[in-house]
Amino acid sequence: MKFAIVVHGAPYSSEGCLSALRFTEAALAGGHEIVRVFFYHDGVYAANALAEPPQDEVDIVAGWQRLHTEQDVELIACIASCLRRGIIDQTEAERYEKPANNIAAGFLISGLGQLIDAAINADRIMTFGA
Amino acid sequence: MKLLFIQSKPPHGSVNAQEGLDAVLMGSAFSDCSLLFTGEGVLQLIKSQDPADLGTKDFAKAFGALRDYGVTNICVDAASLERYQLSVKDLAIEVEALASAEAARLIASHDKVLNF
Repeated sequence: MKFAIVVHGAPYSSEGCLSALRFTEAALAGGHEIVRVFFYHDGVYAANALAEPPQDEVDIVAGWQRLHTEQDVELIACIASCLRRGIIDQTEAERYEKPANNIAAGFLISGLGQLIDAAINADRIMTFGA
Repeated sequence: MKLLFIQSKPPHGSVNAQEGLDAVLMGSAFSDCSLLFTGEGVLQLIKSQDPADLGTKDFAKAFGALRDYGVTNICVDAASLERYQLSVKDLAIEVEALASAEAARLIASHDKVLNF
């Protein structure tokens, strides 16, 4: 089965983000396909390269990055949600004259059309709320 | 492909409702979209709200544009309206109030459901 995953919850503030990560890992382990993971609302905080949780806690950002590097899972963060919350890549940093970028490797910033496209092309869309 | 968007968050205090509405408007460009307000989400529709003193954007104006975007099937959960002692007359746009069984049928009649 083809799943689209939508993440609304911020890591460490909401269980949704970690549940989404665990679900995605389990779906892949079960032989399913992940069309895309779309981070929306506070979910875009999962794309913050500057997060550094204590060593004895789960590293949620690294968990998503591992899925991207090892299993080629597409990680897309909504551009409007990102810009509101200060998650930006180099292109946006230059466009808005910000002093730095902080998008974690493996994540791409893109538009809401990617959410609709994922919903249309997946068999099931799973939303993990805030 | 029929998409159903469900709005269940209150209008103020966070941008969840606004970002949900953005998603519906985007979806309408690609697909046949319907909208269901339930739970605290029905509060988004109360007419004559003025968030100016909150210093937040009056995003609810965009509800009036939904039909222009082709989103014509706009429903509310009747039990949620009742919980807040509201009727469809208190709402800013024309909507269809659905009993729980009808709302369940609405959800079942769509290919995908996006929750906000």
